[in-house]
Amino acid sequence: MVETGHFALVLAFALSLVQTLVPLFGARLNNQRLMAVGGPVAVTGFALTALSFVALASAYASSDFSVASVWENSHSLQPLIYKITGTWGNHEGSMLLWVLILTFFGALVAAFGSNLPATLRANVLAVQGAIGAAFFLFILATSNPFIRLNPAPIEGRDLNPVLQDLGLAIHPPFLYLGYVGFSICFSFSVAALIEGRIDASWARWVRPWTLVAWMFLTGGIAMGSYWAYYELGWGGFWFWDPVENASFMPWLAGTALLHSAIVMEKRSALKIWTLLLAILTFSLSLLGTFLVRSGVLTSVHAFATDPTRGVFILCILTLFIGGSLALFALRASRLTAGGLFHPISREGALVLNNLFLTTATATVLVGTLYPLAVEAFSADKISVGAPFFNLTFGPLMVPLLLVVPFGPLLAWKRGDVFAVAQRLMVAFAAALLATLVTALFIDGASVFAALGVGLAVWLILGALTDLAVKSGVGNVAAGIMVRRLLGLPRSVFGTAFAHLGLGLTTLGIVGTLCFGTEKILSMRAGETVELSGHTLRFVGLYPAQGPNYAEDRGRFELIGVGGSPVGEISSAKRFFPVRQMTTTESGIRTIGFSQLYISLGDEGKDGSVVVRLWWKPLVTLIWGGGLMMMAGAAMSLMDRRLRVGAPSRRRKQAGAVTSSGLP
Amino acid sequence: MTRKQKRLSVIAGGLAFLGVATGLTFYALGQKASYFYMPADLTTASVQPGQRIRLGGLVEKGTIQRGQGATVAFSVTDTHKSVKVTYTGILPDLFHEERGVITEGTFGPDGVFVADSVLAKHDERYMPKEVADGLKAKGVWQESKSE
Repeated sequence: MVETGHFALVLAFALSLVQTLVPLFGARLNNQRLMAVGGPVAVTGFALTALSFVALASAYASSDFSVASVWENSHSLQPLIYKITGTWGNHEGSMLLWVLILTFFGALVAAFGSNLPATLRANVLAVQGAIGAAFFLFILATSNPFIRLNPAPIEGRDLNPVLQDLGLAIHPPFLYLGYVGFSICFSFSVAALIEGRIDASWARWVRPWTLVAWMFLTGGIAMGSYWAYYELGWGGFWFWDPVENASFMPWLAGTALLHSAIVMEKRSALKIWTLLLAILTFSLSLLGTFLVRSGVLTSVHAFATDPTRGVFILCILTLFIGGSLALFALRASRLTAGGLFHPISREGALVLNNLFLTTATATVLVGTLYPLAVEAFSADKISVGAPFFNLTFGPLMVPLLLVVPFGPLLAWKRGDVFAVAQRLMVAFAAALLATLVTALFIDGASVFAALGVGLAVWLILGALTDLAVKSGVGNVAAGIMVRRLLGLPRSVFGTAFAHLGLGLTTLGIVGTLCFGTEKILSMRAGETVELSGHTLRFVGLYPAQGPNYAEDRGRFELIGVGGSPVGEISSAKRFFPVRQMTTTESGIRTIGFSQLYISLGDEGKDGSVVVRLWWKPLVTLIWGGGLMMMAGAAMSLMDRRLRVGAPSRRRKQAGAVTSSGLP
Repeated sequence: MTRKQKRLSVIAGGLAFLGVATGLTFYALGQKASYFYMPADLTTASVQPGQRIRLGGLVEKGTIQRGQGATVAFSVTDTHKSVKVTYTGILPDLFHEERGVITEGTFGPDGVFVADSVLAKHDERYMPKEVADGLKAKGVWQESKSE
């Protein structure tokens, strides 16, 4: 089975070369038969990669330690779920997952792209094949997951205990679906540049792919954030770690792309910019892959450091980013410019959004790469952390968030900002009220905290106002209003939900950062502690045995108003003997949208234990907002105008469905 | 406005905006980036009390002292020099004697380094990259020692 997988991988590499060359020449010679080769080859390539992946996963599931990768990252005593997820919990396996998803997207274009212009489809598949070829070669040459050991060891070295968590089952696949999903937008852009032609149907095709990739990337980042929050035991949800930034940059650029693609689709404006943004977004995905996989950064994500890998990925990076940008420089002038619009208009608002988001991306990029540059060119080693990003990213985000509610309410072409402001009066008044109430009635609220709450309320109500205005609240009878609301295009709901999610995330961040409390103390069994009105009693430490670890579980009782326990929270120190490694399992109890978070420290000589407690108000909204954004993206995708593969149907219905032209 | 003027004003606005962002970025980099030192570097580098730095090295054997509550004192060494560090909080799971560690904080007026975070970041050899590079540069640690 392992050799089958290895062989399938080599075949998939060969097919990716065919997928690159044949359709490309076919499109050049305008030969239908050569162009038609792309589709079946892409589907077959995906099938072979999937076979290869299944072969590796089954080697992991059956603990076949004759495979080096399995031996290094698995153990026979591990629960089955972690044996399977361990397939991509290491460098080699995660790269295989990367190309699996890449070929999956290529196969999707092949399957659903029958109504694309033949040359565009051929070129897209060719570019997709080229990316695949580069990464297949990378895997086969430097990171082959199928290398055997002889003699086979009896027992494996265990998966890194930090990764033995359900988070590993969700976070990497989602993140890769996002990262790699942007490759489609990249391929479409490069294909458009090769042809030197770009039209509105191009945008209609690129937008759903952007939405899909963005949706998964949002989920992947949110999941990664929550995983780090509960697994690391530090109580933080975002550390501005270079590895986090590596995923955040494509998200920011992808969000900008999502918005500029709307302008391009609706108004045929910003064509060249959208194309460039699509290239940049995937370039940032590649950069992220390089940062995480090359070993230039130290983190739990950099599984192993091997200089040849770094150099190889750097070559891929240079080839694709440099190549696509050079092509852009050569061909962009051929593309025709789009329509005109007034600065105060929906288009103008979306341009403003792009300006803020791309600048924010740039500051994150600088903050992430600057330490590497300093280290490369001088003897100094520096780190750029939260203080830098708070000073640069923060000031860029606040004005952007302030104008978000205006965007969807402005008309295309020429908007009336005063009329929009009038419609947003209620939301504004409520936000102001929330600010005042927070400042006056909540103890310890700073001015920033109060303004933060106000901003979040503004965003949330702004999103709801959009729906209310478009369904005619206050102007028409309730029955008509409900009918109108239900009749709104799904993409209007998508926008509202995504912006609502943004508001919820903001509220969660403000709540946690400004109103959270924490205590560090050493406790003995039986002692109680109070934190922000919650009383906790430390019951004691209890040893227990897991499948591949031993743990000391610290049990805490949450004491109710009457003095009797109402619930239990437990946090544990786990010791994994194979790796001689200890991890902390945090204890979390969700109360409303807030959480009590307990992290266990070292045991002292006198039997006391160091305990760190946090009260994190509204913290779950941070990730809840992320889910809401995903729901928004999903809703937009369901909009029949955007349904993948339905661009031709759209033309017939263009007159019937308009999102902004409602009375 | 003509098409050209409109486009120019958009570009000018964009550039002005980028200029502000660039200025902010460079200011922040100058102010907020923290340098990495090992104990022996501190004799040559001038680090002011209150300046935020990262101090890395090995946790010196026999120096870990638990004070009252959750405060811990220990020494960070690169085998040439060592620096006393205090930290209040929960030490990372990988914190051990003679293992690599990176602490972040400021020097107090008494010359004791007050850390507000002790980093547990490491590669599979449980050695922070900066510390490994620093020890290699000082000839203390060889690559072969890792396995």
